[in-house]
Amino acid sequence: MSGGPGSASRHWRNQRVTSIALLPLGLWFLFSLLGQPTLDHAVVAGWFAKPLQTLLGALFGTVLLWHSMQGVQVVIEDYVGGSLRTLCIAFARLLHLAAAFALALALAKLAIGGAA
Amino acid sequence: MYTMVLSILHRLSGLYLSACGFLFIGWISAAALGPDAYACATGFFGGLPMRIVLTGALAAFWYHLFAGMRHLAWDAGLGFEKKAARRSGVLVVVLAAAACAATLLLTPAGRFLAGSP
Repeated sequence: MSGGPGSASRHWRNQRVTSIALLPLGLWFLFSLLGQPTLDHAVVAGWFAKPLQTLLGALFGTVLLWHSMQGVQVVIEDYVGGSLRTLCIAFARLLHLAAAFALALALAKLAIGGAA
Repeated sequence: MYTMVLSILHRLSGLYLSACGFLFIGWISAAALGPDAYACATGFFGGLPMRIVLTGALAAFWYHLFAGMRHLAWDAGLGFEKKAARRSGVLVVVLAAAACAATLLLTPAGRFLAGSP
């Protein structure tokens, strides 16, 4: 693990923080998704059109991607060695950042555009 | 042995959910792009292979959630004895199976995944 002493235990603690945060956020997301009456475009676009939904969606997405990156990093550190490890972690981080960016754009567009 | 299998399942379900998180972001991006992009995404997600993948995501969600709570309890120093760990392992599997079946059969999107309109 790079980052010097203390970074492993900080990583461990941060992973607990995102785990606990995801319990309510994940359940909200699942039941919100499963509870949509249909999955037609107007319904799905309208799902994130309300301010509270946008906020919860952004919060859920951020914590989810953060937690995902933490988990993926631990798996890479356990199974990939040498310089390939650094490369894999950098690639995973890039993917997660790109996903966060895409989600932010989508949520912003849905919040502004409503069901258009 | 059996505790080890559950532990590996926690990792695998986590990785699977990561991948499905990316799928979800792709799907919601398609919805944001407009009806045409969304229709394309619906074609992709509505087919049988993707419905199986997403049903797997539902199972992985519930397993990862309950198994994660078990790990958090261990971190807090609870239930680490061999006997308690075996019992909580069974509980996690039973709860995950029940929650998965309930959400699949009782919610609109769940029924879509299960193949009944």
